[in-house]
Amino acid sequence: MDGNSAMDAKTTESLTGAEIVLRALADQGVDTIFGYPGGAVLPIYDAIYAQQRVRHILVRHEQGAGHMAEGYARATGRCGVALATSGPGATNMVTPIADALMDSIPMVVITGQVPTHLIGSDAFQEADTVGITRACSKHNYLVKDVNDLARVIHEAFYVATHGRPGPVVIDIPKNVQFAKGTYVGPEAIQHRTYNPRTEPVNHRIEEAVALMAKAERPIIYSGGGVINSGPAAAEALRALAKATGWPVTSTLMGLGAFPASSPQWLGMVGMHGSFESNNAMHDCDVMLCVGARFDDRVTGRLDAFSPGSRKIHIDIDASSINKNVRAEVPIVADCGKALAAINKAWTKKVTKAPDLRPWWKQIDAWRARKGFAYPASKTLIKPQYAIERLYELTKGRDIYITTEVGQHQMWAAQFFHFDQPNRWMTSGGLGTMGYGLPAAIGVQAAFPKSLVIDIAGDASVQMTMQEMSTAVQHNLPVKIFILNNEWMGMVRQWQQLLHGERYSHSYSDALPDFVKLADAYGCHGIRCEDPANLDAAIMEMIDSPKPVLFDCRVEKAENCFPMIPSGAAHNEMILGKITGDEIGEAGKMLV
Amino acid sequence: MTRAPRSIARPKSGVRDDPASAYDMTASDEGIEQRTLACIVDNEPGVLARVVGLFSARGYNIESLTVAEIDRNSHQSRITIVTSGTNHVLEQIEQQLLRLVPVAKVIDVTNSVGGIERELALVKVAGKGEKRVESLRISEIFRAHVIDTTNESFIFELTGASQKIDQFVELMRPLGLVEVSRTGVLSIQRGKEKAG
Repeated sequence: MDGNSAMDAKTTESLTGAEIVLRALADQGVDTIFGYPGGAVLPIYDAIYAQQRVRHILVRHEQGAGHMAEGYARATGRCGVALATSGPGATNMVTPIADALMDSIPMVVITGQVPTHLIGSDAFQEADTVGITRACSKHNYLVKDVNDLARVIHEAFYVATHGRPGPVVIDIPKNVQFAKGTYVGPEAIQHRTYNPRTEPVNHRIEEAVALMAKAERPIIYSGGGVINSGPAAAEALRALAKATGWPVTSTLMGLGAFPASSPQWLGMVGMHGSFESNNAMHDCDVMLCVGARFDDRVTGRLDAFSPGSRKIHIDIDASSINKNVRAEVPIVADCGKALAAINKAWTKKVTKAPDLRPWWKQIDAWRARKGFAYPASKTLIKPQYAIERLYELTKGRDIYITTEVGQHQMWAAQFFHFDQPNRWMTSGGLGTMGYGLPAAIGVQAAFPKSLVIDIAGDASVQMTMQEMSTAVQHNLPVKIFILNNEWMGMVRQWQQLLHGERYSHSYSDALPDFVKLADAYGCHGIRCEDPANLDAAIMEMIDSPKPVLFDCRVEKAENCFPMIPSGAAHNEMILGKITGDEIGEAGKMLV
Repeated sequence: MTRAPRSIARPKSGVRDDPASAYDMTASDEGIEQRTLACIVDNEPGVLARVVGLFSARGYNIESLTVAEIDRNSHQSRITIVTSGTNHVLEQIEQQLLRLVPVAKVIDVTNSVGGIERELALVKVAGKGEKRVESLRISEIFRAHVIDTTNESFIFELTGASQKIDQFVELMRPLGLVEVSRTGVLSIQRGKEKAG
């Protein structure tokens, strides 16, 4: 180590811990951070004040800062950064950290801590941040020596963005922020242990292609990993689909990696996925799973999940393979690299593949069932209709969509269509209500000129509503499109299905007047109740230079279909009306 | 990879219904086996908490755990964990351990050629007369050392495989066993290679 520091003498200099934080962030290419000050991070805020390279977005609640960093990360493909003080600042950040872990979002969270000599004394605003976040972060650090600080920050960025991405927490005691220490640049950092495999093993690629070459009823099941891997992975996925002629479906997290406008696109898979996608997953003979993890929302009943298929599973995280579903060909690798290798082998070796026309004929028969069809209404705005119109009226624009969690999220996934990756930000794994509004602000901070819309529900949006103030302060004109049915819609739907229509605490009594609320925040409020006025109202929202709260009053009793009930198989989707006995006793136990 | 990990989704004939969902994974009817895993980890603050937290968070068992630094210069520790579960769960444990940032290597000691497991126990036995003589006689058979004695007691120090220690303890029980202190299982590989 001594030898190294002598060698790097040119890139080292003496700074305070707080200055090291800002310098390291800037050297990592960070242009924007989201944070909230407090006693234990005041030296860092002092350093923010003294520099120009890193912009700070002041939030209203630390959870907002975390989700903004997540939104920023998903839209840009870079690492998001959030900053909070000790104690309550750090605990408020726990939800976004857990959210980023579940959805594999690269994020670095910096928290202040009480001075080292007070740690463990139950000091004011002390919390065991590394203890609390250990289980919900990819990795975390408590930095007790200012001379470790620069290395730890650079290492944190490396860990957050390499392998399966995730959140990394750096807890910095206040005295370490004040202390003077040596700064080292990112070029001097190499992690001694963490070196995840990204290159696929050759013989696995050959096995995969040999299996693929014989497939008569194939499907590509793609996930968020393809987006995390970067634009090259999405390109490789498109190239593979083109070369093979295979149908493509994706998870909620993977939407956009494959263009929804392609005739090979089957729509989303899973509990509220398309009829054709779920049936094709069930009946396929070869499944190529890339960057997805056979989540329970996707598989439904496990012992009936795609019973006749052989599975190729590409994942950078070896623990995802064979976790829920056995894969005949496991490929531990970066999605983009594995897909490129498969493309290459396919082009070189496969001269004659089985005729897929009978399979496509079957898929077309499923498509003809029109699983997403819903009864139209001239008097009420159907939530599906609202999203269809939103999609049509924003088509061709430079647009990013975020969502909250619930029925509106599923309708958005079903009726809004994406042709590009990184355009769709939603909380998939953790299912965090309140994610979408701050995430939209994070996206808007990265792309100030783009149209950023949070498709929200009336219940979810109130969980982080205070961040409208952030949007106004920083002139980030996000559009919050609330499908207001006055219910926690998904809860109500499950109560209807599972609990004898006993609607326990799922009705939002005393909803605020969202238009007046918009006024109060100094943004623009719009209300629409009549389908005839919807287009004009959406255009008003798009054309507004301000942040907008759009109160879209929709049909209150609408349910989200199609649906695979808990404990059911893919080929047991409910297409329309609920009769009440779709879910067996075992299914009722599930989430 | 020596064994193909078995799927919980693969239909098995006979025994019981297959699990209907991921929530029922622990209800798998595969046989429970015991396995010793050695993790070579960076010796940094919190690394043990990370490993132990993983086991509790994912509902895995820890039957024994030992940890100590093994290389001061490279700051590496070896954590030997005896765990149990179905083959599928054990495969997951290995993979989940490898996900942890400071974990450099996981060795399946039970299934690797040349894996050696040893445990040390201190066993206190109190008694008089024939029982006292018998305990000393058995301790010689087990090659235990007497490290403390009074007129009415012995403390034996014993090393060996865990089963040997179990056996010794069982033999001492009728002879006046007072208490037992065990280190938990340590492990190493035969041959000249270093694990880390």
